[in-house]
Amino acid sequence: MQYWIIQTLNSFALGGLLFLLAAGFSLIFGLMRIANLTHGSMYMLGAYVGVSVLKVVPNLWLAAIIGGLVIAVFGGLVERLILRALAGNALGQVLVTLGISFIIADLCLMVWGGDPIPIPTPPALQQPILVGGVAFPTYRLVVLLIAVVTAVVLHLLMDRTRIGAMIRAGVDDMQMARAVGIPVSRLFTAVFCLGAALAGAGGIIGGPIMSAYPGLDADMLPLALIVVMLGGVGSLLGAFVGSFLIGAIYTFGTALLPDLAYVILFLPMIVVIAFRPTGLFGRQSV
Amino acid sequence: MRKAGWVVLAVALATFPLAGGEYYINLTSQIFIAAIFAASLNLLVGYGGLPSLGHASWLGLAAYISAWMSLKLGLGHWATAPAALLGTTLIACAFGWISLRATGLGFLMLTLALSQVLWGTAYRWVSVTDGDNGLRGLTRPAPFGIGLEDATSFYYFALAITVVAIWLMAVFVASPFGAALRGARDQSRRMSALGHDVWLIRWITFVYSAFWGAVSGLLFVYYNKYIHPASLSLTTSAEALLGVIAGGSGTLGGPIVGAAIVIFLKNYVSAYIERWNMLLGFVFVFIVIFMPEGVVPGVRRLLGQAMRARRRSR
Repeated sequence: MQYWIIQTLNSFALGGLLFLLAAGFSLIFGLMRIANLTHGSMYMLGAYVGVSVLKVVPNLWLAAIIGGLVIAVFGGLVERLILRALAGNALGQVLVTLGISFIIADLCLMVWGGDPIPIPTPPALQQPILVGGVAFPTYRLVVLLIAVVTAVVLHLLMDRTRIGAMIRAGVDDMQMARAVGIPVSRLFTAVFCLGAALAGAGGIIGGPIMSAYPGLDADMLPLALIVVMLGGVGSLLGAFVGSFLIGAIYTFGTALLPDLAYVILFLPMIVVIAFRPTGLFGRQSV
Repeated sequence: MRKAGWVVLAVALATFPLAGGEYYINLTSQIFIAAIFAASLNLLVGYGGLPSLGHASWLGLAAYISAWMSLKLGLGHWATAPAALLGTTLIACAFGWISLRATGLGFLMLTLALSQVLWGTAYRWVSVTDGDNGLRGLTRPAPFGIGLEDATSFYYFALAITVVAIWLMAVFVASPFGAALRGARDQSRRMSALGHDVWLIRWITFVYSAFWGAVSGLLFVYYNKYIHPASLSLTTSAEALLGVIAGGSGTLGGPIVGAAIVIFLKNYVSAYIERWNMLLGFVFVFIVIFMPEGVVPGVRRLLGQAMRARRRSR
């Protein structure tokens, strides 16, 4: 019983982290048609920046905010300086992000070394919550909470604000959005920074669960890709549902069939892509 | 003039092991393997307009199937080689069916996701793949009783396969089917309207391309006598894609030149700096921004301009 509760919470925590990653990827892809392959690297870079920040300020939440801001600035620079120069060349943009992801991976290896660096759980959250004799790991609940709050805030941002309306217009019909005077260019940078910030902060928040290690980017990026394919490009709801679905499949797959957990990850994506190429909640096909 | 060039190239390739030392013979064998691999990817990327980031799947799968069958089942090369090619091609049939639900960036993301799944599985399915240790203790085959253990005989073996592979890919591209493939790349709607099944054309190309990827995978595992999950990684796919783009996608010679450039960079520059991944990244960014057409078309363009300038000056 205890084991399955822990696994369930693990799956929720992974789902929450995946949401932080996939939401930004999905919005960037939906709005700008850029498959940002640095997204996994931003997650990893966030985790490593968090490691360094924690040496100075021993507070995980402050580190997450600082790390998120650092990665947001980095993302903004990549968008403005490099991706902007390749506007209209979708393949070139993907390849450049791929190249940058290799550079980041190697830089992290240079700066922080090859050994995994654990990120400690905040002391206040180390004790499990006891309910009816069953211990619930507190930190995983907190990660779930953060993801849900982020989802609600993003939903309100997208659904209730003027900026959100502009983003949705851009996702649905870029040319018309430009024609009616939406400042698409500034919107691009804003969304890119937002996605980068979420990925970077996610890396630090996920730190106590996954720690920071070389290859974290290559582990997370395919999960985010599968989430986005499954949920539908540019759809926040799709990213949310997809994240928790993939989080659950991955966690329980690893627990039950550790050898083939990666193969099981495929199955929902295959079924969805086969019958609904737009993904569960997407409106544009990938 | 053109014919003379081919003769020179043929003589140079045939006599190279007489002149070059063992290091260079092995380096050239590696270039052959990378050339088949990049050329097969080029069928998709260059002629089909379908950017794949999962081509490492075919190299890795064929190598793993062959290695696993000979180590765990004790089968000889006469059985493992066809089984590896067949098994890889069948999996490519399924992967192609999934990936080609999308085109363009969606196709790229699907191929990437699928190949990352294979990569992760190779690391985690320890009972089959030995995980991070990789499968070691493999042998090279001995076709017609000729052993391939020394560098020179392997060179000729790889050369023969490369010539056949490149020739069959050239035939494929030059055929009416190849013309239909280019048509589907440039004007997919018009091709549909003309009654061509664009999806089927792409799927057949995907499978054909994967088959030659598998051939290069067999050569790869014969050469190294070892296979590690890294061969299934995104880096392997990216190296091939860099070879295609650096050499010039959609040209026959381009990927061969590109593959040679990548192998040279990897062997020479990494002797001086350890950071191969970082270099690969910088080369990627550089090529995409400054030389998007690739080296072969770029040089051809410059030569053409120079010739025209000379004619004008006369």
